[in-house]
Amino acid sequence: MGRVVVEVMPKPEILDPQGKAVVGALPRLGFTQFTSVRQGKRFELEVEGDVTPEVLAAAQEAAAKVLSNPVIEDVVRVADAATDAAGTVLSGGLA
Amino acid sequence: MTATTVAAPEASLGGARVGVVTFPGTLDDRDAARAVRLAGGQAVSLWHADADLQGVDAVVLPGGFSYGDYLRAGAISRFAPVMETLVDAARGGLPVLGICNGFQVLTEAHLLPGSMIKNDHLHFLCREQVLVVENADTAWTRDFTQGQRITIPLKNQDGQFVADDRTLDELEGEGRVVFRYDGWNPNGSRRDIAGITNAAGNVVGLMPHPEHAVEPGFGPASAAGPRAGTDGLGFFTSVLSTLVRA
Repeated sequence: MGRVVVEVMPKPEILDPQGKAVVGALPRLGFTQFTSVRQGKRFELEVEGDVTPEVLAAAQEAAAKVLSNPVIEDVVRVADAATDAAGTVLSGGLA
Repeated sequence: MTATTVAAPEASLGGARVGVVTFPGTLDDRDAARAVRLAGGQAVSLWHADADLQGVDAVVLPGGFSYGDYLRAGAISRFAPVMETLVDAARGGLPVLGICNGFQVLTEAHLLPGSMIKNDHLHFLCREQVLVVENADTAWTRDFTQGQRITIPLKNQDGQFVADDRTLDELEGEGRVVFRYDGWNPNGSRRDIAGITNAAGNVVGLMPHPEHAVEPGFGPASAAGPRAGTDGLGFFTSVLSTLVRA
């Protein structure tokens, strides 16, 4: 069983209330060094068998079509979870 | 306005059938159906899982929190079976009104540009909102006049309309801004935009709720007294007039 990770972030110019709330809470716990927090979404898509280039391509299409809204969000990563855990940068991942 | 699918050339407003879609999590479908009836039309319930539009002459996508706003507001509803038929019909000229969550569904379905994000002040807000009618030539605003001020309820958390500057310039240039917030901007929407239309003028989306201002005693305050406001009725009489003219 393979797993593809898709990560989506709010565009830099879009208000991120969740990130703002988190950055407000951090200093109260003594974490004073973090000046900004942006919170995004991580999806884990499972497939039978290996994560092939075709699977990655399908995940990229799904990421663009439904998992993100290009008006307000960017897809920042589409990658094979297993390989990525080993530290390999995949060509299938988006910049 | 392109001609729409009026089944029979009935002269009375009562001949028009307006569909109201219910998704899981829709809240205002019954109010929308009631508004249609009070305006003189016949309301037809449409179910999200049924692709059949039942031959309706117009469709309202009501407010609520379809699919709990999971993923993004309107994002999952956009792929409901009824939406596949509706998108084609809307492109063919069928009048469609998206209210609040319905507006969000229309943007996710790419029938209208832009998107809605969290209000700039981060709070859910419910108030009687004054709007300026900027375009009284759409299927849903014909019974208003340009520059008219109307008051209808506004109630949402994700009401901040955003789009890039090119899109906003295009909307303004083509007269596709239908409503603007008057006075105070209640959610940080770009250029005070409360509602927009497509190029053909048959698809309109807005954040405030006309269906909650259609009956004296149950609407916003007006010159006629508390709760006497019925400015929302104009949306529904407009589409009925549009259908009669078509």
